[in-house]
Amino acid sequence: MHLPAILPWGAADGFSKQMLLVILSVVIIATFFLMAARKGQLVPGRLQFAGEASYGFVRNGIAKDIIGGKDFMKYVPLLFSLFFFILVNNIYGAIPVIQLPTFSHVGGAYVMAAIVYITWIVIGVRKNGLRYFKLATVPSGVPGYILPIVIPIEIISTFLVRPVTHSLRLFATMLAGHLIVMIAGAGIEYLVMQENVLLKGASVLVLVGAIAMYMLEALIMVLQAYVFTLLTAIYIEGALHADSH
Amino acid sequence: MNQLIISAAVEGQSPLVPNPWEMGVVFAGFAVLMYIVVKYVVPMFEKTFAERAEAIEGGIAKAEKAQAEASAALEEYKQQLTDARAEANRIREEARAEGAQILAELKEKAAAESARITAQAHAAIQSERQAAVVSLRAEVGTLATTLAGRIVGEALNDDQRAARVVDRFLADLENQNAGAAQ
Repeated sequence: MHLPAILPWGAADGFSKQMLLVILSVVIIATFFLMAARKGQLVPGRLQFAGEASYGFVRNGIAKDIIGGKDFMKYVPLLFSLFFFILVNNIYGAIPVIQLPTFSHVGGAYVMAAIVYITWIVIGVRKNGLRYFKLATVPSGVPGYILPIVIPIEIISTFLVRPVTHSLRLFATMLAGHLIVMIAGAGIEYLVMQENVLLKGASVLVLVGAIAMYMLEALIMVLQAYVFTLLTAIYIEGALHADSH
Repeated sequence: MNQLIISAAVEGQSPLVPNPWEMGVVFAGFAVLMYIVVKYVVPMFEKTFAERAEAIEGGIAKAEKAQAEASAALEEYKQQLTDARAEANRIREEARAEGAQILAELKEKAAAESARITAQAHAAIQSERQAAVVSLRAEVGTLATTLAGRIVGEALNDDQRAARVVDRFLADLENQNAGAAQ
């Protein structure tokens, strides 16, 4: 599954291309936004405008809209970092030579989901105390005799399934996209190798399909970064306002 | 590339099993990014946003202040204009009243003056008449005496007597006049 190790470093698998890409993504994001934000002019230049629009998208489009109130600013840095970290790492998959979305390796997706999981639980407990677990699992307005069924469902869905789906959604879409592009590539290669001219020609069809899938994947890469961040915002909002849910 | 897929399949390892080193790198990378974002990126953007909002709101406040000042100045100007008009009216009224008073005074003075002149003329006439009467009396007396002396043929040189005769004569004459007037 893993690409060849760049250096024989650490565990058996070594220092992979995927690790290099993660580090590169941090450098790209940090450089871009530091340069965009550095000048801080009232009338922004082109770079600053691009930076502000990107920052504003997460700040206003996700954090403010979902969490709202006056304390959404506290969570902007996390949501902002999540969105662009995942976005850049996903888009690697659409860049020809790199062609590897980082989160097609499940480890990264686990880490991101775990960070979010711990974050919203800590927020919920800090805001509501230990009562938070009761608020999160016992829905109000449900008749008492249904509670024995509802409570286990709530516990499973909120505390067990949620982090799993959160991480696997990202990982699976990225892996699937990665595999489709690779399989299409392999398929084209296989068909072109055939003696039969008709089979050789069929490779064009696969190429057209592969390009269409590539476009779809590019869309999904952006979309998944957005979905992951949006869900994080929703979880944080749920933890903050557990008593009104 | 197809070798890779095949090798992945052959490896037989579930894709759900993570590589701990990759997890470590992702975590470390995200932590570094998060640090940079919290420490620099977000504060810088927020500072710019706040400054921009400040600039816009400040501009609006400044414009509002200027407008308020302008309307206050206009109000003051109007007030001053009204005051000035009232002042002008008052001065005009005063002047008119003063003029009327001066006119009345002048008229009064003229009347007094004319009265005085008339009185003086009267007095002068009176005194001249008196003087004329006196001189006339003397002259007439002399004439009459002379005349009477001639008529009588005797010189009435005695002054005392002559005066008595003249007086009697004049008294008679006056009585005669008074009787004729009546």
